[in-house]
Amino acid sequence: MRLAAFDEMQPEQSGLRHSYAAYDRWLKQQDPARLTEKMRDAERVFRKTGITFAVYGEAEAAERLIPFDIVPRILSGSEWRRLTQGIEQRVQALNAFLDDIYHRQEILRAGRVPKRLVAENVAFLPEMIGVRPPAGVYTHIIGVDIVRTGENEFFVLEDNARTPSGVSYMLENRETMMQLFPELFQQVRVRPVENYPQLLRQSLAAVRPESVRTTPTIAVLTPGSYNSAYFEHAFLADQMGVELVEGHDLRVVDGHVAMRTTEGYKQIDVLYRRVDDAFLDPLTFNPDSALGVPGIMDVYRAGNITIANAPGTGISDDKAIYSYMPEIIEFYTGRKAILGNIRTWRCSEPDSLKYVQENLHDLVVKEVHGSGGYGMLVGPAATKAERETFSKKIAANPSNYIAQPTLSLSTCPIMTEAGLAPRHVDLRPFVLVSDRIQIVPGGLTRVALKEGSLVVNSSQGGGTKDTWVLDD
Amino acid sequence: MLLGRVANGLYWMNRYIERAENMARLVDAGLRMALTRTQGAEDEWKSVLLSAGADVGFSAKYAEYTVGAVSDFLIRDTSNPSSSMSSMETARFNARMVRTALTRETWEAINEAWMALKRMLAKPIDERDLPQVLDAIKRETALIRGCFYGTMLRNEIFDFAQIGTYVERADNTARILDVKYYVLLPSVSWVGSTLDNYQWESILRSVSAHRSYRWVYDAEYRPTNIADYLILNGRMPRSLTFCYRFLAEHLHFREQDYGLRLPCHDTVECTLAKLKVGSIKQIFDAGLHEFLTDFIRDNYRLGDEVAKDYRFH
Repeated sequence: MRLAAFDEMQPEQSGLRHSYAAYDRWLKQQDPARLTEKMRDAERVFRKTGITFAVYGEAEAAERLIPFDIVPRILSGSEWRRLTQGIEQRVQALNAFLDDIYHRQEILRAGRVPKRLVAENVAFLPEMIGVRPPAGVYTHIIGVDIVRTGENEFFVLEDNARTPSGVSYMLENRETMMQLFPELFQQVRVRPVENYPQLLRQSLAAVRPESVRTTPTIAVLTPGSYNSAYFEHAFLADQMGVELVEGHDLRVVDGHVAMRTTEGYKQIDVLYRRVDDAFLDPLTFNPDSALGVPGIMDVYRAGNITIANAPGTGISDDKAIYSYMPEIIEFYTGRKAILGNIRTWRCSEPDSLKYVQENLHDLVVKEVHGSGGYGMLVGPAATKAERETFSKKIAANPSNYIAQPTLSLSTCPIMTEAGLAPRHVDLRPFVLVSDRIQIVPGGLTRVALKEGSLVVNSSQGGGTKDTWVLDD
Repeated sequence: MLLGRVANGLYWMNRYIERAENMARLVDAGLRMALTRTQGAEDEWKSVLLSAGADVGFSAKYAEYTVGAVSDFLIRDTSNPSSSMSSMETARFNARMVRTALTRETWEAINEAWMALKRMLAKPIDERDLPQVLDAIKRETALIRGCFYGTMLRNEIFDFAQIGTYVERADNTARILDVKYYVLLPSVSWVGSTLDNYQWESILRSVSAHRSYRWVYDAEYRPTNIADYLILNGRMPRSLTFCYRFLAEHLHFREQDYGLRLPCHDTVECTLAKLKVGSIKQIFDAGLHEFLTDFIRDNYRLGDEVAKDYRFH
């Protein structure tokens, strides 16, 4: 099935879009051979600096590059303003929802979100009930996945409110583009993204425990150098000028979390953790975890450390909860959602289940707790046999699945040997929440490199692009 | 402020970079002997393996001592944890772990050295290419060292990394001497036979000192001078005294900065004091082999104490 997609550079009917005009002028002056050479340069830069990611289960290609495309994805200032309004509203609602869910649960009492959806959800942590995190912020760092289907049609595909990754690619992609094409940035006014690490540091410092009066000690907690996102953990710690710690560097000393240094144990006030909830504290959660810190939850409950993002934020970006986001936003902000959701069928509901089973060939079906493009079915691209197998999986456990229409994601051209060619893209802007909400003008554009493919995940052959927000 | 785990990573990163280079140097010296002499090549490869601490691993895998077998085992074989390839792999793993402590230049030099070795050693080394391969390894590690010295701030990060370098280097030089201590004993011959001359040159070559030796001593190789050069000469960058002066200095910086004297400070000063003898004759009189055995043991202990005192684990 071929979907007629909206191309962000050159839609079929209307010709070159204004936001790409300056870039297009520059591009027309370039020698194609030189651009091909630049493509190779880009790969060398990434390989040399070790910007790689690990793919689980692939011993040979233990470290792979995420392919980088040299054509930027460009958003106009006004498109960006509209997006940020929608994102801010959404992020406010996510934090209000989390506060409510772990305290009074008014939204459940009001019947706007079914009780069982929260109570029976593995992402809901009873340990967090009644706990108020420092500064009242639950989800500090959010990556909102946005897709576009037309000139004015933006939708939120997913809220990543746990430990969203990819921000290092946003920064390195820009760095690479500026190295490859310095003159281009003189001709086109692009808003900068490189202050993200400073903003992140300020943002984390602003949500330190109340008892910490001086400059807080901040650390990034990584599962270790075997983790697929280790490069990003090291990169962020480095750029922020804070320590990169692993679970076995930490222990609880005198009611505080402390790290083992060459001079003894030193207190940590804010922990930007990139370890999942289940592994955070073997005394509270998964007892087999070697990645966390025994007793950290007690320190947290006593208000002696900020954990970013707070444990239990997963309940807000759960795919089953997602379908209630329009209600959630209205409930807490009193306004309609500026950014729409994608229509979602919950297989837990008999009518929806029936519809999904009858229309599998048109739908994308996802596991409620899945991520990274694993465990999903893209109906139109699947074979009949694949659809039948998946149908049985859904029937066996309906509440584990949701379905969405196959969207005709917008396209943006990539550079190929044969010149520009359109490929489907999505967008993940990064949001920081402290006493304010900040969104760096840009984000991570993921691109499906295979012609016609809609799966943009890096683990499934997706690439990335530099994302420009014009200063216009 | 430095994490104990990071200090450990820096220490081993530099130990393994040093080791990757030392392996190339040892094979280089062995190769030279094999090329210039028709007899006794096997003995020479044996002492190379002994100096590399790889004799047991080697004989478990090979029956014959050939250029191909020894160079493959010491340079390329990843089942030998001390081969240049394995060492570079471990150095890079540690560098990746402590990446936030390194300058971008240093990290990239290590990463690129690793990529270069991986590419170069993907297939067995053609004997004709061996000299170029050894040169390339020495060049890659020299590049790392250059970036490291040229860009790293002289703080605790630098100290712990350098402690790794000098512990490894001192161990290497002491082993080379100890494996061949008998050819250095004055009782064998004061006026070197041809055989001795080869042996002596080989020792100097293993520490890249065969040219600089002549700048310091007579053109003729004399065993006492060679021992003096490699043990007591404070300006020769691979001598035991040179290594220990720097070890003492880096540990002294730690003592000052942290305001804490620890067992490793006593050990380093004690070993340094043993190196401050009036002349090499005193060491020969007391027994060169005994001296070297003690030194290797004390050096090992120092590494152990640094790890404990500074909470590496």
